[in-house]
Parts: sequence; C-alpha cells; structure tokens
Amino acid sequence: MQRYFLSKVGQSILLLVGVLVLVFFLLRLTGDPARLMMSREATPEQVEAFREAMGFNRPLLVQFWDFASGAIVGDFGNSLHYRTPALPLVLERLPATVQLASTALLMAMIVGIPIGLIGGFQPGSPADSLGRLLALLGQSVPNFWLALILILFFAVNLGWLPSFGRDELKSVILPAFVLGLPTLGQLVRLTRSAVLEIRGEDFIRTAHSKGLEPRVIYAKHVLRNVAIPLISVIGVQFGYMLGGSIIIEAVFAWPGIGQLLEQAIGWRDFPLVLAIAVFTSLAVLAINLLTDVAYAVIDPRIRYGH
Amino acid sequence: MVSTILQVRDLVTKFYTLDGVVHAVNGVSFDLDAGETLAIVGESGSGKSVTMMSLLGLIPTPPGKIERGEAQFTTNNGTHDLLKMSVHDLRDVRGGQIGFVFQDPISTLNPILTIGEQISETLTRHLKLSQEDARKRTLELLVSVGIPDPELRYKAYPFQFSGGMRQRVVIAIAIACNPQIIIADEPTTALDVTVQAQIVDLFGRLQDKLGVAVIWITHDLGVVAGIADRVLVMYGGRPAEIAPVDDLYEHPCHPYTLGLLGALPRLDARESKRLVSIPGNPPDLLIPLQHCPFAWRCEYAFDRCWQEIPPLRTVDAAHQAACFYDLQKGGPRDA
Amino acid sequence: MATRQLAPTADSLLDVERTFRDRLAYMGRFLWRDRSGVIGLVLFLVVVVTAVLAPVIAPYDPLAQNLRDAKLPPAWEAEGSWSHPMGTDNLGRDLLSRVIYGTRVSLTVGFFGVLIAGTLGLVLGAIAGYVGGRVDTSIMAVVNLVLSLPYLLFVVVIASILGRSLVNVILIFGITCAPLFARVARGEVLRIRESGYVESAISAGAGSGRIIFDHIIPNLIGPMITLATFEMSAMIFYEAGLGFLGLSVPPSVPSWGNMLAAGRKYLTSYPWIATWPGLAIMFTSLGMNLLGDWLRDVLDPRLRRARK
Repeated sequence: MQRYFLSKVGQSILLLVGVLVLVFFLLRLTGDPARLMMSREATPEQVEAFREAMGFNRPLLVQFWDFASGAIVGDFGNSLHYRTPALPLVLERLPATVQLASTALLMAMIVGIPIGLIGGFQPGSPADSLGRLLALLGQSVPNFWLALILILFFAVNLGWLPSFGRDELKSVILPAFVLGLPTLGQLVRLTRSAVLEIRGEDFIRTAHSKGLEPRVIYAKHVLRNVAIPLISVIGVQFGYMLGGSIIIEAVFAWPGIGQLLEQAIGWRDFPLVLAIAVFTSLAVLAINLLTDVAYAVIDPRIRYGH
Repeated sequence: MVSTILQVRDLVTKFYTLDGVVHAVNGVSFDLDAGETLAIVGESGSGKSVTMMSLLGLIPTPPGKIERGEAQFTTNNGTHDLLKMSVHDLRDVRGGQIGFVFQDPISTLNPILTIGEQISETLTRHLKLSQEDARKRTLELLVSVGIPDPELRYKAYPFQFSGGMRQRVVIAIAIACNPQIIIADEPTTALDVTVQAQIVDLFGRLQDKLGVAVIWITHDLGVVAGIADRVLVMYGGRPAEIAPVDDLYEHPCHPYTLGLLGALPRLDARESKRLVSIPGNPPDLLIPLQHCPFAWRCEYAFDRCWQEIPPLRTVDAAHQAACFYDLQKGGPRDA
Repeated sequence: MATRQLAPTADSLLDVERTFRDRLAYMGRFLWRDRSGVIGLVLFLVVVVTAVLAPVIAPYDPLAQNLRDAKLPPAWEAEGSWSHPMGTDNLGRDLLSRVIYGTRVSLTVGFFGVLIAGTLGLVLGAIAGYVGGRVDTSIMAVVNLVLSLPYLLFVVVIASILGRSLVNVILIFGITCAPLFARVARGEVLRIRESGYVESAISAGAGSGRIIFDHIIPNLIGPMITLATFEMSAMIFYEAGLGFLGLSVPPSVPSWGNMLAAGRKYLTSYPWIATWPGLAIMFTSLGMNLLGDWLRDVLDPRLRRARK
C-alpha cells in the first residue's frame, strides 16, 4: 500500500511540473506575453517598458525557473488589476467554489446513485426507463442555458430563489443543481451499468448458490464491487466541477474562483489567470490523488499491487 | 441399504430469448443415490449445466423457464420436490444441503472479500453459527481441504492464491454445511493437469469422510473414469446414455458415447491410433427437433432416427440408452 | 447409411471475417430494435441537413439588422408575427435564421475538431501501443497530463490568449481532445496485441504494414467512431460555453454560443434570444448522445452479451 501511495504521489509531482511547464508555455503561445496583457491602446514604448518590468526579455529558462520556484511557494506575482499578490486573491474565493462544487456533487450523488441502482436491479422497468431518460437529458442539456431558464422561472417569475449572489443559504440551490446536472446523468448511467455488470458476474452466481439472503448478496457482494468504479468517477467529477465552474459562477454571479477567472480574463490580468490555472490544477491533482487512495482502500487488489 | 436421495423426472427448461426459444433441456431424468458419484458428460450446449442449475432455481428466469419436471430430494426432513419449492425454502437447500463447485475459481470468488469471510458467511447463514464459531469452523475446513497456514490464509484475498488453492477454497465453501450433494460443474477444467489430479483426489477423500454424493459435470471422459460410479451422457439437451462407469466404457450403447470414447487418447492403445473427433457441430438449440438430435453426426443413423425422438430405454442392468440402433448387434434395435 | 450433414449452428456474430454487407444488415436489425438509435440518427441528420441547406431554408440573412423590428417575440405571442416565427433579437435579426445558421458553426467546429483530435489521437495512441517502451511512456505522460487537467478552465484560458476566431476554436478543441482519442486507441492496440492476433499474423509472415492495415485499424474504427460522436457533442457544448463567455467565434458570426451571450444580457426583458439556441443545442446533443449510445452497443462485440 505504501509503495502504491508513494508512486502516486511521485506521479502527481511530475504532473505538477508538467502543469507549470504547460502554463508557462501557454502564456507565450502568441509570442508576446506583454502585448497580450496590455490594452490595445498601449503605445510600443509602454509595451516595451512593461515587458522589461515583467522580465519577459530574459532567457526563457531563467523566466521559467523564476516562475516555477515562485509558484511552488505560492508566489505568482501581483495581479495587474488589484496590484496585490495573486494567490491570496484566489484563496479568498476558494470557499465559495468549494461550497458550490460540494453541494453540486452531493446533489448528484444523492439523486443519481439511487436512480442508477433501481435501474440496475430492475432493468426495463418504468422506473428504469424514467431514470435513463433523466440521465440522458442531464447530459444533453447545456447546463448554463438551463441556468438561464431556471433563473427566469424560479427567481424572476416565482421569486422563490435568488437569481444571483451568495447572500442567503438558498442561493446555492440553483447553481449547485445546474452545475451538478451532467454529473447526475453520468452517475445514473454508470451506477446502472456497474450494477448490471456485477450482477452478471460468476461470483454473484456463487453467492446465490450459497443460499445467501438477497439483502446480503446486494449489500455485501454487489454494492461493494459497484463502489469501485463509482469512487473513481466521483473523484473525477468533483475535480471537473471545481475546475469547470466558471460559466455557472458567471451566470449566477457566484463569488468563487470561476467568477474571478472570468473577470481576470476581461481585465487581461494574466498573472491572476495563471495563478488560478495553476492553483486549480493543483487542487484537481490533489483530488485525483485522494481518489486513488480511496480506490486502494476499497479494492484489495490495488492495495497489494496485483 | 443404499437410498436414492435425488430423483429427477422429465425436466424441461427453455430460454425465451430475442433470437428465439432455446430448448436447453429436453426431458432429462436420472437418479442419484446417497454417497455415489454421478458424472454428467456432454459437450458445451448439451444442457448439463442448465439441468443442474434448473434444479436449484439458479437460472435467470426472465429468459429462462422451467417448463415441467420434478426433482424429489430426500433429506432428514423428508422428501420434497425442488422444482416446486418456494424461493425461500430453496435458499435453505442451496449451500445448506446441496453445495456447488464451479469451474473457474478466480471468477467464482468475490475478489474484494477475504476467503475466510466467503467461507464463514455460509456457516453463519445455514448453521446459524456466531462469528467466532464460524471462524473456528472455517479454519478446520481450510485444513480439511489441504490449505496450509489457515490462520494466515483466512485473511487473504482470492488473487493471492494459486488456481488449485482457490478451487480448494471453493470446495471448502461447498462442504462447509455438510451437504447431502455436491454439484461440481467442470471443477478441474480450468486447472493444470497435475492440480487436476490433486483436486480429484481431494474429492475422493472428502467423499469417504463425509459420505456426500457428488454430481460431477464434465466434457472430459478421461476424468470420469477416475471418479465416477455411474455416468449420464447428455446430448442436445437430452440424456443419451446412463450406465455404471465400467459398463459404459466396455459396452457403450450410444453412438455418441462411442464417439467420445474414440476421441480419448489412450495409454494402452496398441498401434498409434489416430484420435477420432466426431465430425460436425452440436445442434442448434433454437430448433425444436422431432428426431434424434445426434442423427446428423451419427454414422449409424437410419430412417427411423429421422422420424422419432428415441426414448431412454433399458438395454441392460442399470444401463439405459436413447438410441434406435443396437451397437452390439450391428443393426436397428428390436422393438 | 444416412448421409452425414453438418448441423446448423447458432449465429456467431463475433466473427471478424463477416462481410461488410452482413455487418450493415446486422446493424439494420439493431436499428429497428433500438428505436432510440433511430431517433438519434434522425435528429443528427436534421441538424446536418439544416446546416447544409441553410441558405435555402433560412427566411432571412442572419446578419441583416432591422432595428425597427427589434425584440419581436415569437409568432404565437401577442406582438409577434409569422414573418419572424421565432422572433427577433436586440438588433432586429431574425432568430430562426440565426438558429439555422448556427448549425453551420457548431457542426463545423464539431466535425473538424473531431477530425483533428481523432487523427492526432489515433496516430499517437496507436504508435504508443504498438511500439511500446520509451515512446509509449513519453506519449502517455503527455496524454495523462492533459487528461488530468481541468478541461473547461484550460480551454477558456487558451481561448482568451489566442483570440476569437473559428480556426482557433477548432484547433483548441482538436488538440485538447486528442489525448482522449490517444488513450482509447492505445488501449485497443494493446488489447489486440495481447490477444495473440498479432503474433499469429507475424508468424504467418505478415509484415508490419499489413498487420496494421488489415488487423489493427479495422478493430480501432468502432471505438473511435463511438468516441468521435460523443466528443463532437461535447465540442458543440463547449463552443457554446466559450461563446457564452465571449471567447468563441467573433461576435458577428451567428453561433449558438454568441446568441446565448446576447440572450444573457436581455434575459429578463426579452428571454427569447436565449431560449432558442439553448433548445437547439439540447436537441443536437440529444441526437448525438443517442446515436453514440447506439453505435457503442452495435460496434462493441463484448457489450452485445449484456443486451440480452
């Protein structure tokens, strides 16, 4: 188990280095990062001054070393817009995004997994057909568009829920629902197919041949095995929601990292953009690592390096 | 006095699939005496596994349906028809009075539970033992099936065992509650030859010790010779021949059995005989036949074989065959 | 003595040697049995035909502004008229025509995006799987890196760096989705390699080229096409997302994403600008997801067991 964990940590560190290289390279994709960050009206002299001040004229390797060594300790330079260090601005917004993503994930799991279970244990039933339809819609509807429609309906017309902001407790309902909807669809399908597949396995036949009670077979033999692929997907989806909340946060003016990203892009504030990109990637990598660990806890074959 | 503990009569099982109706089992009848080993031999698709699974309601019943038949099972609690039992009662029989050993031990065991747990759960279910008692008994069982270091092995997982060891675990599960019958469906097919011999040996010893009857399903007549008291040969979902084992090898009465025997490599063959495989393919079970299912591949088939289904008839003491042709005589059977 | 006949055997469609026509017929039977697959195909074809025939079907030029008729509601509302069945937007442009032309943008992005991603991914994945060793490790390192990143975030950042253009959007999707194709391709190639198929071909004297073309590529096509269908649907979704944030094609181009962006601004006063493109995206995605599901069932022999 230790070996497994260490190798995963090692991989994560390598990935982090990869992220830093990638992000560094992305900023220089158009060749001139200074021009990218300045407004269109800037004169060539202003751009050159800016370029000099940001150190873009130095050799690339030096720039990268500077950037990477800073990033590791959390120094991404100052936000161009706020003129204060970039990372604390991101961290300030973190709780809001975590709240949103967690609520969305919980909603998706609480609704999606039971529906998937029903579908897996009673395939072809009306409940199953309904569940699959729901899953399909959840994955086909553009969730940010649905957000607009729901805002119109619940907030403007009915006035039950706030249409933007994070002021009240129920502010999180609409954004979380909309953010979690694709995940809900995915969980329904995955749970259903996992249950069906496991039920067809030989060891379930063995469980029946032992005369075990159905309750026991489902809980001990089926569900525990279903949990394995489920854990993996849940982890990935949580990462996806943390990193992909930008549009939803924009629609609902939710004061999280996603909204900050949209603003930063509008301001051409790329130090801030990079800080967000690296930090979010790190968060996703951490979640993936945790998922791998959880995976090993549930599946002994992984633990013992099979 | 030897008693009959299982009497199966005219079992018919069909599967209603999207491709049509599969006539998997078409009227199987046989008896099983206490403590004896009955081998059921046939190719894949002959219906041997489905027959056994039908008896305990282990076939999936949306596509599958047991159309008719009876299976009188005699225990200390009297004689009951397995096919008429409620699911609730059947669950008591499964694992409790009839144990199973399946073919491929790696897929037969739950990969994420310890083998100790998988044995113990049978004990707690049927014998109502406490956790601690179940554990003790499990350790005894592990020893009796020849697994060393039972304390250590109790906490191990299936993937940590070799194929032979895993099969021993499966056998331990099967005998855990001292059943009357063990149904072993190709228990050695997925194992190495040397391990096969060990498992066959183990079965023999356990039978002597526990007096359990064994139904041994296989496609390999070579294995049968070493373990069976009687043999039931199946083809196309029907019984082709039933006989005591020696009788079957010396005086086969069904052309299919003859073919199977001819396909056996034999150490005592005088010249280098070529292995004769039976040409042709097994019948398509989607088509309900009105004639002998073996007729296509039979070199003795004549016109009657194509007109009626040959019933199982007594040809000798304890020897029955479903064939219109008399192999001993060399011509159609009288009457 | 009776003549020996070979008994008819049950149909075995796992046989790779089946002719193309047999496969088509088999798929046809599936299509009938699985009417949702038909629905998906129909929806998809409707979108494609709409895109192709856009100049013919659309009643107006999507860019034609008519400030006098701005913000008209759909025909069935009080102030609406049938000359603009879906209404008009804030600049008086006919919504129906814009939705129709929007199919062109979405399908172009989706199609070329998948083309690039699929080709790039297939080549890289197949090489990684076939050659193995260091090549495999290095390719998969990059693939795993990209796949472990938060996708939407990076797409948004890259789009903001590169600027608004159709080509940029296609390139972004094409390159960022290639790793997924690469991973699937590699997986398939490994599976084929391990099945002993390749070994027997080699021992029969087949050269690498022949092995690749006759054995490996036919087995890759199925999973690739299935993945392509789902990815195309995803790209249409993400293009709309980018457009919504103002990072996709230039604002003058009638894309569904751009329409949604405009619709967001006028949501409370005039919701119709936002409604129609969203519905269009939904139906397109629905069709492609259904189609993808059906393709996956049909093209993957291992899954056919589970259908019964």
